[in-house]
Amino acid sequence: MKYTEEHEWLRAEDDVMVVGITEHAATQLGDLVFVELPDVGTTVSKDDEIVVIESVKAASDILAPIDGEIVEVNEVLVENPAMVNDDAQGEAWFFKIKPSDPSQMDDMMDETAYNKYIG
Amino acid sequence: MPDLKRTPLHALHAELGAKMTEFAGYDMPVQYPMGVLREHQHCRGQAGLFDVSHMGQVLIVPRTGAIKDAALAMETLVPVDILGLSEGRQRYALFTNDAGGIEDDLMVANRGDHLFVVVNAACKDADIARMTDKLSDTCEVVPVTDRALIALQGPAAEAALLPIVHDAPNMNFMDVITVPSDFGPLWISRSGYTGEDGFEISVKANRAEDLARALLADVNVAPIGLGARDSLRLEAGLCLYGSDLDTTTTPVEAGLTWAIQKARRLGGAREGGFPGHDTILRQMSEGASRKRVGLLPDGRAPMRAGTEIFADETSQTAIGTVTSGAYGPWIEAPMSMAYVASEHAQKGTVLYGEVRGKRLPATVAALPFRPAQFKR
Repeated sequence: MKYTEEHEWLRAEDDVMVVGITEHAATQLGDLVFVELPDVGTTVSKDDEIVVIESVKAASDILAPIDGEIVEVNEVLVENPAMVNDDAQGEAWFFKIKPSDPSQMDDMMDETAYNKYIG
Repeated sequence: MPDLKRTPLHALHAELGAKMTEFAGYDMPVQYPMGVLREHQHCRGQAGLFDVSHMGQVLIVPRTGAIKDAALAMETLVPVDILGLSEGRQRYALFTNDAGGIEDDLMVANRGDHLFVVVNAACKDADIARMTDKLSDTCEVVPVTDRALIALQGPAAEAALLPIVHDAPNMNFMDVITVPSDFGPLWISRSGYTGEDGFEISVKANRAEDLARALLADVNVAPIGLGARDSLRLEAGLCLYGSDLDTTTTPVEAGLTWAIQKARRLGGAREGGFPGHDTILRQMSEGASRKRVGLLPDGRAPMRAGTEIFADETSQTAIGTVTSGAYGPWIEAPMSMAYVASEHAQKGTVLYGEVRGKRLPATVAALPFRPAQFKR
């Protein structure tokens, strides 16, 4: 598992990366009540705002962690946003992305580094 | 944050694991480990305990000893029938200004030989100054600084209070009593800010934590933070001063004319006589150009405060603005309150809120979104 400073996690699954937000991020956001996912097939660039999430407190965005193509999205979250608070690093992934430049992941944190990052 | 004020329950909030936030100059619990959604549902299903000690409690004591004199004095500040308020009863009221706008909303109770007033935390200094300035000829205005205020709300509230206050079941909505208890004298009203049955309990500051612990010992009672307090009051269609009401909104625009009893209306026994009465009474006969409405967005995206409202998908000029918006956990849908031009305020009208650059449909809906559960 790789982690970003934007509190996303990436898990390799064959030739795509599964992306979600960390438990830490979910806790900080509070209960989620709205999720808007990108269209499958969209080509995205690193740091594009591709997912909108709203918690009981406020709206925020999830950024594309790398360049690539969105190949699958987790529609279940649209109907059940609270799942992110219950299982952020398991079933509540947001999208799967096919990387166009896998080297962009070289500098990402591992779990130890991320835990240190959130202190 | 520097110099935030603390309520008498501050240490208890910390012990209960609350996440704290600044509110009206106080360090207040926004949520507990249960989280906003579950706290909301717990209050609707069982009972919730809220620390509302930041609100202002004020006694209005007539110098003559006759409650009528305090009532008549208070009527110069609010468009409400205070003289007709019986002993042991409470009423919702509004401080208005000369333009007919609202300076604060409040509760006024008749406690026999004086009035007891509860005002919003953010407005309390101004409210106390206003009352001291305008009422001092006839009344002593006494801010109550040594008491906490605890709200106990929800269908299980009465049962939770019963072991402490045996008279609780005898109270109806908006009744007030003063009773001795194991926690000293309690000033209790059967009212609240959630749309649920429940009580607001004023208790000596040094007994507040013990009382809160006794109430929380009931398995049905959970502590509820400001986050769920806000979604509860919004589902119940209740206004938040500073968001849905302010110095530029009139009681007519806000749909609060039910709070202006017959005695203060045109042709009433004590017609007018409150700040802004010309504007307010005129709007009551002729209507206002904008109205507060409920809005139910079609999709799942909440339309939050500040969202501009349009009559259709293409027009350039907004016809209204959302003043409160959130996800409603009990109605399981987003919900908003907005002010819109009166010609668009008809129930069932489809309007459009602009969210992240997109016009999303929302239907004008009756308030409250969830029917009140008061004990009448």
